[in-house]
Amino acid sequence: MSESNHTSSTHDDHHSHGGFWSTYIFSTDHKTIGKQFLWLGLIMMIVGGLLALMFRWQLAWPVEKFDSAIWGLGWLSDENPFLPEGKMGPDVYNMFVTMHATIMVFLVVMPILVGCFGNFLIPLMIGARDMAFPWLNLLSFWAAVLGAIVMSCGFFVEGGHASAGWTGYAPLSTVSDYSGVEWGQNLWAISLFILSLSSLMGSVNYITTIINMRTKGMNWFRMPLSVWALFVTAILGLLALPILGSACALMIFDRVFDTAFFNPAKGGEPLLWQHLFWYFGHPEVYILILPAMGMASDILSVFSRKPIFGYRAMVYAMSSIAFLSWIVWGHHMFQSGMNPALGTAFMMTTLVIAIPSAIKTFNWLGTLWGGSIRFTLPMLHGLAFVILFVVGGLSGIYMASNVVDIYIHDTYFIVAHFHYVIFGGTIFAIFGGIAYWFPKMFGTYFDSALGKVHFWLTFIFFNLAFFPMHILGVGGHMRRIYDPTQYEYLADLQPMNVFITLAAAGMGLGQIPFALNFFGSVFSLSGKVYKSFTQILTSLIVAFISYKSVAFLLEGITKPVITNTSRTVSGIVSIVLFILVYRYLVSNMKTLGEPAVQNPWDANTLEWVAPTPTPHGNFGPELPVVFRNPYEYSVPGENEDWAPQTTPLKPQADGASH
Amino acid sequence: MMSWLPENISLEGKEVDFFFYVSYYLTNITFIIVAITMAVFLIRYRQKPGKKAKYTHGNNTLEIVWTIVPTVILLVFVLMTQASWARLKYTPPTNPDVRVEIIGKQFNWVIVYPGPDKKFGTSDDLKLDNQLNVPVNKQVLITLKGEDVIHSLFIPAARLKQDILPGRKTPFWFTPIKTGKYEMPCAELCGVGHSGMKGELVVHTEKSYQEWLKTAWTKKEEKP
Repeated sequence: MSESNHTSSTHDDHHSHGGFWSTYIFSTDHKTIGKQFLWLGLIMMIVGGLLALMFRWQLAWPVEKFDSAIWGLGWLSDENPFLPEGKMGPDVYNMFVTMHATIMVFLVVMPILVGCFGNFLIPLMIGARDMAFPWLNLLSFWAAVLGAIVMSCGFFVEGGHASAGWTGYAPLSTVSDYSGVEWGQNLWAISLFILSLSSLMGSVNYITTIINMRTKGMNWFRMPLSVWALFVTAILGLLALPILGSACALMIFDRVFDTAFFNPAKGGEPLLWQHLFWYFGHPEVYILILPAMGMASDILSVFSRKPIFGYRAMVYAMSSIAFLSWIVWGHHMFQSGMNPALGTAFMMTTLVIAIPSAIKTFNWLGTLWGGSIRFTLPMLHGLAFVILFVVGGLSGIYMASNVVDIYIHDTYFIVAHFHYVIFGGTIFAIFGGIAYWFPKMFGTYFDSALGKVHFWLTFIFFNLAFFPMHILGVGGHMRRIYDPTQYEYLADLQPMNVFITLAAAGMGLGQIPFALNFFGSVFSLSGKVYKSFTQILTSLIVAFISYKSVAFLLEGITKPVITNTSRTVSGIVSIVLFILVYRYLVSNMKTLGEPAVQNPWDANTLEWVAPTPTPHGNFGPELPVVFRNPYEYSVPGENEDWAPQTTPLKPQADGASH
Repeated sequence: MMSWLPENISLEGKEVDFFFYVSYYLTNITFIIVAITMAVFLIRYRQKPGKKAKYTHGNNTLEIVWTIVPTVILLVFVLMTQASWARLKYTPPTNPDVRVEIIGKQFNWVIVYPGPDKKFGTSDDLKLDNQLNVPVNKQVLITLKGEDVIHSLFIPAARLKQDILPGRKTPFWFTPIKTGKYEMPCAELCGVGHSGMKGELVVHTEKSYQEWLKTAWTKKEEKP
């Protein structure tokens, strides 16, 4: 094995001197492909986020005309197909809701979490030179791009994009007459089919790489938990995505070739779609969270300077989650009309799957216990991941209970629940992962001071936007309704819809510092002008958000009565915050794009043994040899509180590790 | 949080609310314990000069404890729930006081009353759009039918919800215990007119129900 690696190393050195196209566009280097997936995901995140803000607008002010001139959006004229007569129609609303979810799940979270981190981390962390099948890897990325292009085309076809919800329940999705959507839904299904192939190629690659290409000494139980998580995820992907692909193929047959798999008017079975979709969909939920759990485990251990608590328990918990995720799908269908006897079985399995999640949470707390905790930027995101995941996990109990679900099903409670898991959990872990691995990925630092402003804005406004959704759900507010004011019993809850929209807008603005930081650090915009621009813009955003927040606090959100007092008070608060944030940034921000050192966090795992910038082939002529577990921090008797996995253990310390 | 629940008007709703409260206390207590533990750890074990982290890989006893405790709690929770689930969803009443059919179609509830002969599909059936009239304290059995896409009959005040599959009959039953008018929205995205698809549930006293029956059928006879 080492021999073949030798040859591939020399080959790779030769290869890395390729031109622009083979280095940056059609690269077979897993690191480049990982970064490409990151870009794809971040760009689509802007699209998905804007869609969300647009339909949130509709929910907050369903009756009023959108006065585009006031908001400086005069170019959104009345002829705009999405805003006829200055108002979003219910068809557009349904389309935006559908596409927000579809894009966020399939074109943001999956590309970043699995595509980017899977590609970037696996070979580096197990001490391999690249993926097992570099060409398949390249193909996997470009299939994802093709899927994204097909998905985006749907917005521009006659009849609009898919609007049957991201779950695409048949027969609304399969019979055009019921929804008025023509090619939009077809493109939706075709795109998901392509994306499922892309993920399938990735999964095959990850599994093969992890099984075959671990370096000498990298036993299964010396792998970092990120790699374990990605391994388990890849197995889930390998088995789950063909189901999505098949379901989408059947949908296309029904729509284009007039078959009747799901159409009851012709003898089809609408529940079949739900079974197929959720049989894929529940493992998919864990595809969206397991890698985040792995990354959070790594981050928590490094910045507590402590071995992860219960390493093997963590591995077994993830494996049992993966296994159980195949037998819980029916909890999405308690009220669907399937045999209610199945409801009992599925409630049982669903609560059983809560146990490994609980085990993982307790082990994260155990990792913090007795640590020497550093509140770095990745750690803040990691800690936010833990606490928000706990909220999301616990709110899941309500839906898991089939009796409570009768009421809570299809309300905002479930919307709150999955945003706490997917945004609060996964996206925070993604932000943490970007901050943590940025020096290795891009060879520069992701600025920590700017990142912390972004973290707090996101953390605060995430909770303000999504926590009240639990209350909406308890009030009986259905999800996916276009105009809540059509219902008398929801009248009292309408101010909360306004509040949520404002908080979501605050969260959206809070992403600008992230974008500035990301661009500046990736492209080494080290000039003073860009830095000052970043500092002033970030402080202005904080000032603006705080001005609005205080003003709403004083005036109420439904009928703002602007008084001079409230204007003065909010003005003072925003000026104070502007000065504080600006001063904080000026004194703490480093020059953007400074070259990173090889191991900035004093971390043990193998990616930090590789040089920065990491060449094609990752390691020098010899592959690293592993002697110890990934989380041997603060080992008694050692001078440093860390040592790379390539350091042999002293005999007595070795004994202690068992 | 519980004060946000709309007022409950059905026997079935009491069972749903009971388990809502159980979940509420269970999850809140767990959250408070975890959050406080985490906060204490974050403050106590923050980085301090000259202090090294504990070198430990875990504790098997603890792992077993925090596997078994949630398992027991959750299993008890499952077992507690199932009798209610069976009452609410498994076993439709064989001898209900009132029978009604509801047909979900884009974007209305068509409510079919069987009339004096108590049989559906006969000429004395009465069809009303979005108007469900039932007497208080009587068990109502509704047969749900669908014509086009999937809809979901949701009565927030009664805490009940059931999807309607086109081409199938799905039973749905409840016993209202409070008179008044309540909304019955559709809870499953069913197309452009989904939002605003709702009916009105009118729970009558026994007396006003009899009066309603009389006037409704008189009107029906006048019509043709």
